[in-house]
Amino acid sequence: MAEYKLMKGNEVIAEAAIRCGCDGYFGYPITPQSEIMETLMLRKPWEETGMVVLQAESEVAAINMVYGGAACGKKVMTSSSSPGISLKQEGITYIAGAELPCLIVNVVRGGPGLGTIQPAQSDYFQSVKGGGHGDYHLIVLAPASVQEMNDFVELGFNLAFKYRNPVLILSDGVIGQMMEKVQLSEIKPRWTDAEIEKISGTWATTGKKSNRDYHVITSLELDSLRQEKFNHKLIEKYKVIKENEVRFETFQCDDADYVLVAYGSSSRICQKAVEIARAKGVKVGLLRPITLYPFPTKKINEMCSKAKGFLSVEMSAGQMVEDVRLAVNGKVPVEHFGRLGGVVTTPNEVVKALDELIKKGK
Amino acid sequence: MAEVKDIIKEGNLVYKKSKVLTDKIMHYCPGCSHGVVHKILAEVIEELNIQEDTIGVSPVGCSVLAYNYLHIDWQQAAHGRAPAVATAVARLLPNKRVFAYQGDGDLASIGTAEIIHACNRGENIVVIFINNGIYGMTGGQMAPTTLEGMPTSTSPYGRDIAMTGHPLKITELIAQLPAVNFVTRQAVHTPAAVRKCKKALQKAFENIGEKKGTQFIEVVSTCNSGWKLSPVKSNEWMVENMFPVYPMGDIKG
Repeated sequence: MAEYKLMKGNEVIAEAAIRCGCDGYFGYPITPQSEIMETLMLRKPWEETGMVVLQAESEVAAINMVYGGAACGKKVMTSSSSPGISLKQEGITYIAGAELPCLIVNVVRGGPGLGTIQPAQSDYFQSVKGGGHGDYHLIVLAPASVQEMNDFVELGFNLAFKYRNPVLILSDGVIGQMMEKVQLSEIKPRWTDAEIEKISGTWATTGKKSNRDYHVITSLELDSLRQEKFNHKLIEKYKVIKENEVRFETFQCDDADYVLVAYGSSSRICQKAVEIARAKGVKVGLLRPITLYPFPTKKINEMCSKAKGFLSVEMSAGQMVEDVRLAVNGKVPVEHFGRLGGVVTTPNEVVKALDELIKKGK
Repeated sequence: MAEVKDIIKEGNLVYKKSKVLTDKIMHYCPGCSHGVVHKILAEVIEELNIQEDTIGVSPVGCSVLAYNYLHIDWQQAAHGRAPAVATAVARLLPNKRVFAYQGDGDLASIGTAEIIHACNRGENIVVIFINNGIYGMTGGQMAPTTLEGMPTSTSPYGRDIAMTGHPLKITELIAQLPAVNFVTRQAVHTPAAVRKCKKALQKAFENIGEKKGTQFIEVVSTCNSGWKLSPVKSNEWMVENMFPVYPMGDIKG
């Protein structure tokens, strides 16, 4: 029977991790996501499922623990908020370079620097363009509800193992802190050693078996031609991801003259903005990217045949808008609107920005 | 006089290469301590029959490629992060024997937080700490353990402690941590030292088998290329200059 609860977005990340058979969580406190580790410590999953939960000495150590755990074929994760995610970038690029599966959660707050502790969406570039050094991408999931915070934990692990690639849940302080009704996932046991052997036995470092050569997890390649070959392998992997894993949702787009593009908490605000604008007779719809990498480029490009303009609504100085512009490729106007520094946009502000876009087009 | 073929037989065998060592030719400079430490590490793993249960974590530096030489599962960690990586491996695979292999720049400079906290938690791992007082791979720069007055490429007039601090005796610091079970300082410059160091390694790997917590083995080492000395002169220089600052022997356990 389905189990429902009223929970915070951060709390449900912890609950979903336990329920999907996560083997290890390694974290470091930072606002506004500390409830994730706090919930885990209260729940004591090590008694229930054997899951390891450890408060590391730093975000740097936490992400390197994720590296070590993932290299053993285990389902491991970490979470943090913007300044902490910056610290994790070294580990994340090593994880991407060693092709390890893992889950990272970023409950974004305003920046740059120490910034604010209020919600923002200003880590888009860092999340979808790489973040650390070298050519790589994360698969980026953007939940817009507490329910999706729950659902994307298991989805994230599935994608991570399917592609041997780190997956990032890009949330924000609104989704992390707000409470909503959530249908909890079914409880699944952690993988047995035999299952890990079946899933990741060709590469995981679980101790050298007599029937195989030894495994090495590394991102080092001293021969530049071989490194280039590996870079091409990654490019091919990202191509497959782009072909198969684009996820988005449309809201009242069928007859829309104008399209709002928004993810996460901004997409919730934009739903209301669509209602207000439609009541005033403006035919506007909403496209919500669920995966930010891969981005719904093709869908946005297709929408250009009908739409007269796009408005990218994000709590940043204008980051996703660049990807919308690339998708639109100059066919129609694309503008950006968003409050900054931890200030949450209101639906009426979005409608006003939309009015300006329409006026500009005339 | 006996023919060679008559001499080469099982009964006369005095030395055999460990089967845990691979056949790859080591990239280490002649005279470097890494090769000797790798060899005795391989022998200990073979003699304890734990090849299938051992997972190594290699560092950044010359021994980044340690995974080329020992026939065990390996993970290569970012600079300084090996203790954090090893922490997760040891906790998620508690029946495996996990070791981190680090140099002085890796362990005592960029990875100071990771080593102190892994040791303070008493992670059930062996840490092998190669201290040659220099950054070898990047071309002989000053390390946290570089001796006072010792010339390096970034302290060409000798280490000035007023400017850059004192040689960091991190092993003594780590010995203060209650969860650390065994701390020792060894070297591999003579056959007797090699035997002693091997015994220490054996004890450490046995101890993690019994889940006794962190085992910390410093090996005061030579880097003749970085020190710009011959292998023989390096050993002499190490005994004369390094040993007074980094004295040999067990510190704890």
